[in-house]
Amino acid sequence: MNDRRPDAIVVGAGVVGAACAVALARDGLRVLVLDADAAALGTTAAGMGHLVVMDDSPEQLALTRYSTSLWRAQSDAVRAASELDWCGTVWVAEDETQLDAVRAKQRLYSEHGVDAELLDQTSLIEAEPQLRPGLAGGLLVPSDGVIYQPSATVALLALARELGAEVLERMPVEEIIPCGVRCGVDTLRADIIVNAAGASAASLTPALPVVPRKGHLVITERHPGFCRHQVVELGYLTSAHVMTSESVAFNVQPRSTGQVLIGSSRELVGWDASVNRRVLSRMIARACSFMPGLAALTAVRTWTGFRPATPDKLPLIGRWPEVPGLWIAAGHEGLGITTSLGTAAILADLVAGREPAIDAAPYAPDRGVPAGVH
Amino acid sequence: MTAVADAGASLGVSGEGAGATTVDVVIVGAGPAGIAAAVRAAESRRRVVVLDEAPNVGGQIWRHRSRDTLGAEARLWIDRLSRTNAEVRRGVAVVDVVVGGDDAPIVVVAERHRGGAEVIRASALVIATGARERFVPFPGWTLPGVMGIGGAQALLKQGATFRGKRVVIAGTGPLILPVAASLTDAGARVLLVAEQAPFQAVRDFAISLLTQPDTLLQAALYRLAFLRTPYAMGTWVTSASGTDRLAAVTVANARSTWSLPCDVLCTGYGLVPNIEMPRFLGCATADGAAVVDERQATTVPRVFAAGEVTGVGGVTLAIVEGEIAGAAAAGVARVDPSLVRRRHALRAVARRMDRTFAVRPEIRSLARGDTIICRCEDVRCAAIASLSGSRQAKLYTRAGMGACQGRVCGPALELLFGWQSGTVRSPLEPARLSTLSTAALAGAAASTDTLHSSGS
Amino acid sequence: MSTRLPSGSGWVTVSADGRPVRVPAGVTVAAALTDLGVAAFRRSVSGEPRGPLCGMGTCYECRVTIDGVAHRRACLVLVSDGMQVTTAAATQESP
Repeated sequence: MNDRRPDAIVVGAGVVGAACAVALARDGLRVLVLDADAAALGTTAAGMGHLVVMDDSPEQLALTRYSTSLWRAQSDAVRAASELDWCGTVWVAEDETQLDAVRAKQRLYSEHGVDAELLDQTSLIEAEPQLRPGLAGGLLVPSDGVIYQPSATVALLALARELGAEVLERMPVEEIIPCGVRCGVDTLRADIIVNAAGASAASLTPALPVVPRKGHLVITERHPGFCRHQVVELGYLTSAHVMTSESVAFNVQPRSTGQVLIGSSRELVGWDASVNRRVLSRMIARACSFMPGLAALTAVRTWTGFRPATPDKLPLIGRWPEVPGLWIAAGHEGLGITTSLGTAAILADLVAGREPAIDAAPYAPDRGVPAGVH
Repeated sequence: MTAVADAGASLGVSGEGAGATTVDVVIVGAGPAGIAAAVRAAESRRRVVVLDEAPNVGGQIWRHRSRDTLGAEARLWIDRLSRTNAEVRRGVAVVDVVVGGDDAPIVVVAERHRGGAEVIRASALVIATGARERFVPFPGWTLPGVMGIGGAQALLKQGATFRGKRVVIAGTGPLILPVAASLTDAGARVLLVAEQAPFQAVRDFAISLLTQPDTLLQAALYRLAFLRTPYAMGTWVTSASGTDRLAAVTVANARSTWSLPCDVLCTGYGLVPNIEMPRFLGCATADGAAVVDERQATTVPRVFAAGEVTGVGGVTLAIVEGEIAGAAAAGVARVDPSLVRRRHALRAVARRMDRTFAVRPEIRSLARGDTIICRCEDVRCAAIASLSGSRQAKLYTRAGMGACQGRVCGPALELLFGWQSGTVRSPLEPARLSTLSTAALAGAAASTDTLHSSGS
Repeated sequence: MSTRLPSGSGWVTVSADGRPVRVPAGVTVAAALTDLGVAAFRRSVSGEPRGPLCGMGTCYECRVTIDGVAHRRACLVLVSDGMQVTTAAATQESP
């Protein structure tokens, strides 16, 4: 390892850490990225890979909109490596009440410069023929997309290396100290330490209000054309928003391979990674109730993952005053892949003393969200 | 009285309210071990169900279209099975298994190939899932016409004709001889039979078999059956070529290489126990096989294992283990000591076989950068070689994430790079979502998981 | 070859990529297709022709569409009268 001390150490080579490494390296900092395993094998590995504008709150809308625009601006090389497909999202309204909410959503998106087209019952089925008849309508957001995030992370790390960053895998960080990290017997020092450790962020910074929120996913064999867009029920927002002990929401995604990825579920059960059959059955039942044709598709794999959840559904981006030199880029719940680039841009701006492109105050790590309250 | 029954009742696409069968012993795999276990358990007056995804019983070695083609021992056991009350369900693939607490029944969920799920509840489970061939990637190995040694035997027994086809057999292990004999008898033009193990190793192994003259005699008879074909040791295939199907292979030994035009290449490098189900259930495994005690019990209570899944050892050992497991699963207290003695002796032979037929280094380096390693996802060697483990390979390249769930590339990655296979998750085989749903509901009901919330 | 014989005669009629063919009863779809000279049962994800490898249902290379259901392993299914089998020759996409 190079003897010269890095300017910044990023803990976590997942999609958020990789994006931060690129952004900091672009500003001319010497960056060292550390990961306990190989890159993208932690929180990032389990994700759905969606790039989606979401409006649980105006602050979430602002960050996701900003971030998706940054994905759009990525180089051809990164976008190709990420298998990026701007397939768009179709939000589904089951009834008139939800359709009203969809209309409000469309207005909100438009105000923020995000194209969104209202779909009535007929045009909803035209957009996604596998949806069951009788749904009220929906919203098409063509500017959303899907990536294969392990490859995207690897591509971002390659870009970071080109910019002079160093990435050390299988270097677990056991402790973050003022302007440093401890890895086994070694202490590595830098003026800037970034905690981008995903769902495990609170293990390094105990007061961080980040807890693991478990999700299940199922992927099918290749059934190209089954769905053309990401399809999400409006209730997904409720499921993500309300921190009950367990919820499921309909969400399917076409992968670039032609496979269909099916979600979603949310539970707070600590770090139990086993597939909970009851939750899985609820999730599949919910999905099949929207798209009955799913029942006949062949599933090849099920798995679980942990979203880094915060009490107010917003990530933590910025300085952590209690520990000198420590910055946080964590707590992204189900939007880590989408908002990785926006997070990195904001973080780099704050580190450099620049005004971020969007108001970063809502994501301030010390904004007073108490840990342990979920 | 005969209770060999086809899977009949449909459980409905939604999977809800599925009817379930409750038995004492459920056996997965109807090869020699599964059949012997079913016979013993049923003859001990237990209700038994045997599941197999093939259209008929027999597994690999007793595969048959009509009873007359079976050897005496196979016919004896299969007839004996049909005289019991054991129910055999063919054409079903096990997708999920739940072993809950002591009071909860073991739940096995299987999918019929044509659709529909089956749920079996039992007090004991016998895993007799056998073994599969180990394939080692080499240039051209994905061409149609390249198949396993056991694969060719299987297709032959399934009714394919090899008459007049130019066949090369190149691989390792005892499978080579009977398959060379069968294909020759079936009218194939077997051009070459190549065993990669060095002559000395094979000779020493043959000498060790002098204590089992029957086995040695059988091997000699096989060799006689293909006497006109050259049988070369220390010889292997380095590549296969052809446009849309196999046209020729390149053969090598220590001194030279040469080309051989052919229609079929039968190649395989030993057998790998199908330990996905034991690993899924948390049973201890060692050296790639399920660990069992003298009653064929795994380390998970009420779960037994018998046959190749506990370590490749041939049909006689599989039958002995099946008998022990079936009796144990039926609750018979005392293990038949004669069976235990026979198992001990047969295991010793199996261990010698492993050493003899270890894959030589030249074969482990046949794959080039553009050689496909994962056939399901078309991942080539160059994409994988720079990585450091199977999980990383999976996530970065999708190797092992396809339909075969790593069953082909897993053993290859272990041989080439020393990587261990990762976690086994459900579905144990690809299955329709409706079946997954049934499995989830049935499994959840049987599970003693107390983390459920009330609002479900 | 396109004669339809009554069942029970030891033969069944199967449609292979739209062609009616007479095959022996009791053989697997994989055996029947192999004897019909079919080399490519399916196309891999990068378009390579693939045929049976393991013969026992573990490799998934022999997948064909049977009676409208895709991804079925031909080595595990016996032919039946009136069965419709589609291989890579008829479909342009994988399996």
